[in-house]
Amino acid sequence: MVPTHYYLILSAILFGLGVVAFMFRRNIITIFMSIELMLNAVNLAFVAFSRALNKLDGQVFVLFVIVVAAAEAAVGLGIIIVIARNRQSLNVERVDLLKL
Amino acid sequence: MNAPLIIFFVLAAMCVLGAISLILQRHPIHSALSLIVVMVALAGLYLLMGAEFVAAVQIIVYGGAIMVLFVFVIMLLNAGVEERTNLSKLAGFAGIPLGVALMGFLAAAVARSQDMVQVATQTGTAAPTKALANLLFQDFVYPFELTSFLILIAILGAIVLAQRENA
Repeated sequence: MVPTHYYLILSAILFGLGVVAFMFRRNIITIFMSIELMLNAVNLAFVAFSRALNKLDGQVFVLFVIVVAAAEAAVGLGIIIVIARNRQSLNVERVDLLKL
Repeated sequence: MNAPLIIFFVLAAMCVLGAISLILQRHPIHSALSLIVVMVALAGLYLLMGAEFVAAVQIIVYGGAIMVLFVFVIMLLNAGVEERTNLSKLAGFAGIPLGVALMGFLAAAVARSQDMVQVATQTGTAAPTKALANLLFQDFVYPFELTSFLILIAILGAIVLAQRENA
């Protein structure tokens, strides 16, 4: 039996790596993938708590998170296609219209 | 050391190495393949926790649909190796301290949650997928129906965004 806090520590590590990827990568597609990584880390924590508390609500929430992630991926990749078409670049440093 | 613990550490190592590879790869397609490794390893962890349905959904929706969408867009846009630009000054100064602070907060929360969460003695119910279906279609039926609207709106949004102006 694997203790619950092992899963929570792994979830925290994965979330931290997702934040690092979000901050340090310049390619907008990779940034988007790091958001998916963070969502996966949260899902892992949900399932771990669901098992620890012996209630299935956590797994239902994981299903909702996956649905939201799929919707987000569809809309986000549409936005990425528009950005790439208008800017001819996937570098977020070049999308700086709102920057002072 | 018992078998579940060994499996956990193997899968956890796969997850962490995949995530580190996601950060270090310069080419987006390599990052996407690393992310698929992370997702498959996470599906294995869900199986280890007795969440079979979530593991199957993880493989089908994440590993199948979402990552195929990512790879498809990467190839559609012909995304190459990302160019290096200077990090912003704020990231250079505040990045490391803020990262350490985030890790500290998470570690503190995990350490405190240990006495809050009692360790499970039994491995869930006999038919977790059936129980999950009962929960999903009885207690959570309104949120479940709302997600179908969410997906419909997302489909419309994706079509409106990705179509050409004069088409």
